[in-house]
Amino acid sequence: MRAIFPRQALSIAERLRDAGWIAFVALVLGVPMIGLTTVDAGNKLVVHTRLPLLMEFVAACFLGRLALRFSLDKFAQRKIERQAQEARRTVQIPARSTLPLIKWLGWWLLGAALVLPLMFSGNRYVVDTATTVLIYVMLGWGLNVVVGLAGLLDLGYVAFYAVGAYAYALLSTQFGWGFWQSLPVAGGLAAFFGLALGWPTLRLRGDYLAIVTLGFGEIIRIILVNWTELSGGPNGIASIPRPSFFGLPFQAPSDDGVQTFAGFFGLEYSPGQRVIFLYYLILLLALLTNLFVTRMRRLPVGRAWEAIREDEIACKALGINVVTVKLSAFALGAMLGGLAGVFFAARQGFISPESFVFSESATILAIVVLGGMGSQLGVVLASLVLVLLPEIGRDFAEYRMLLFGMAMILIMVWRPGGLLVRREPAIMAPAPMQARP
Amino acid sequence: MRFGGLTAIDELSFAAPVRQITSIIGPNGAGKTTLFNCITGFYRPSAGSIVLAHPVRGSLRLETLESHRVAREAQVLRTFQNTRLFPKMTVLENMIVAQHNALQAASFFSLAGLFKLRRYRLAEKQALEQAMSWLQRLKLLEFANIAAGVLPYGTQRRVEIGRAMCADPVLLCLDEPAAGLNPRESAELNDLLLELSRESGISVLLIEHDMNVVMKISDHIVVLNYGRKIAEGAPLLVRKDPHVVKAYLGEEDFQEQRA
Ligand SMILES: Nc1ncnc2c1ncn2[C@@H]1O[C@H](COP(=O)(O)OP(=O)(O)O)[C@@H](O)[C@H]1O
Ligand SMILES: [Mg+2]
Repeated sequence: MRAIFPRQALSIAERLRDAGWIAFVALVLGVPMIGLTTVDAGNKLVVHTRLPLLMEFVAACFLGRLALRFSLDKFAQRKIERQAQEARRTVQIPARSTLPLIKWLGWWLLGAALVLPLMFSGNRYVVDTATTVLIYVMLGWGLNVVVGLAGLLDLGYVAFYAVGAYAYALLSTQFGWGFWQSLPVAGGLAAFFGLALGWPTLRLRGDYLAIVTLGFGEIIRIILVNWTELSGGPNGIASIPRPSFFGLPFQAPSDDGVQTFAGFFGLEYSPGQRVIFLYYLILLLALLTNLFVTRMRRLPVGRAWEAIREDEIACKALGINVVTVKLSAFALGAMLGGLAGVFFAARQGFISPESFVFSESATILAIVVLGGMGSQLGVVLASLVLVLLPEIGRDFAEYRMLLFGMAMILIMVWRPGGLLVRREPAIMAPAPMQARP
Repeated sequence: MRFGGLTAIDELSFAAPVRQITSIIGPNGAGKTTLFNCITGFYRPSAGSIVLAHPVRGSLRLETLESHRVAREAQVLRTFQNTRLFPKMTVLENMIVAQHNALQAASFFSLAGLFKLRRYRLAEKQALEQAMSWLQRLKLLEFANIAAGVLPYGTQRRVEIGRAMCADPVLLCLDEPAAGLNPRESAELNDLLLELSRESGISVLLIEHDMNVVMKISDHIVVLNYGRKIAEGAPLLVRKDPHVVKAYLGEEDFQEQRA
């Protein structure tokens, strides 16, 4: 910041000199790389010069540098002004409850989520993509407990997702358990794995914790690849039963007398019915997750999570047992990841270790960070961005990931704290006691 | 207390009587903060013992307890030389977090809280009242819903004291609470500390550099230098003690003064 500040006042001559230097460097580099080229002349290589191209390159660097420097300085200047303004303002403004706009946006999104399958009932692709978004929303809300609230950087979150998915896959294929029966068991198992990860890493923070959790995620994946008897190894587990609607399966009517969903409600069977059912199922799970986490945040544990993120030593000095608070964050975050995993397995019908690679952890973490650590609605917006951008980008074929990366960088430049930075207090002073300005 | 070859506190013994303000003074690096860290369980003393006569739980050996148990069971609360608030949380939230253990017990593993049972609602209401009354007493009401980190330094210090008070201390250890306060704030702090020790029946251990403050409000003063106690007693006695004058003013000044 300080290094850039004086440059705002650069004179035109100084700017030209700055750009001149860059052009010079471009020239030095450009001579061998652009200025000279080899041409295959019959049976030998001849060196040709490409002076016009070299000059174009140097000129582009010169002008580009001028523009870049100018816009960066303007940007920095505006930022400094804004900060000064904010510093003058912060103390007077009490942190209000959620901005009405944000609250409104949340309800609007919920409404849109509820009616989406009805509006696109014929369009399987839309409902499928929306289901994927919701899985990430749920994972983001779960990881938000660990990273956003408790401030514990977890790069191996996908491990718990995998534990949940494999737990359901095994329970259902080996023991014939149903979706709803498996859900609590798989959640509990994932929570147990959360404790297993949390316990040895209690003393670690920041980068060190990130590395250990990263390793943990890989360990789980590698176990799944190699323990063929249990997990089916790289082949994964197939024919996982799909969830049924209160015991009514979604399948074409058959002659063996099994009552199906379509049959029971007297509907024409269509495969889209299951897609829509799965969508509402994950919507329900995600909303329950949201309700749970929002409630927890307003309870003593939730406030202790945030307090630990803010200052662990102060927590100890206030008599808070940091060990149990951290473990509860790990366990609950893991449990929510596990529940999402159960849904994932039930939706796909087939799982293999390939679905639980590190890049999944990175995506979920990106959702939390991009959304604005700790913000529930931010997670939704970030999931929309992160799932929809690559989908929209399909038209751009091989430039897809490039565009995706650029969008991410732009968002972080534009909003370094995430899409929604504002933090809502977990408890507010009762109105009559609040002092008036 | 030893750190490798350095002995930060050596052969120190003193008593902090109930309902009194005991001040610890001494030059920078004398071991005052280290002493607080030993008392509150952040450091484990290499030798010696620290005993608290708890009004309900009897005598407790503080050096055997972990830091969070010192605060919870022995009710010894502290502030830090460089304030340690939860900066992004509001002032009120800071006060509520300090009452974590009581609330957590009432929430019964968060279940009573999740389902908003009556017993939890009552506990939360009580905690809120406790917090609001301390905010009022410390003139912090107007900041209740403001993130603690954006407040001016002097206000943050008051918040930290209030937060410690919300945790219901028997012994309150304040590490240079007046550092960085303006004279008016400092005078208000003096009144507050006197009130606390006289009316609320709390014992106060105070590390302080400002001799005016120390002389005005202390009942008892312990002077440290290089980790050793060089004097102890009532303010007037300590002020005249030759060792103290020497440690504070330096050898030469002392001789000049005597001459
Ligand atoms: N954790 C530690 N490791 C090593 N030395 C320490 C540690 N804490 C304090 N010390 C040393 O102990 C001495 C006393 O420090 P301190 O208690 O902070 O003094 P003060 O009286 O100014 O509060 C200093 O020499 C300091 O460097
Ligand atoms: Mg100190």
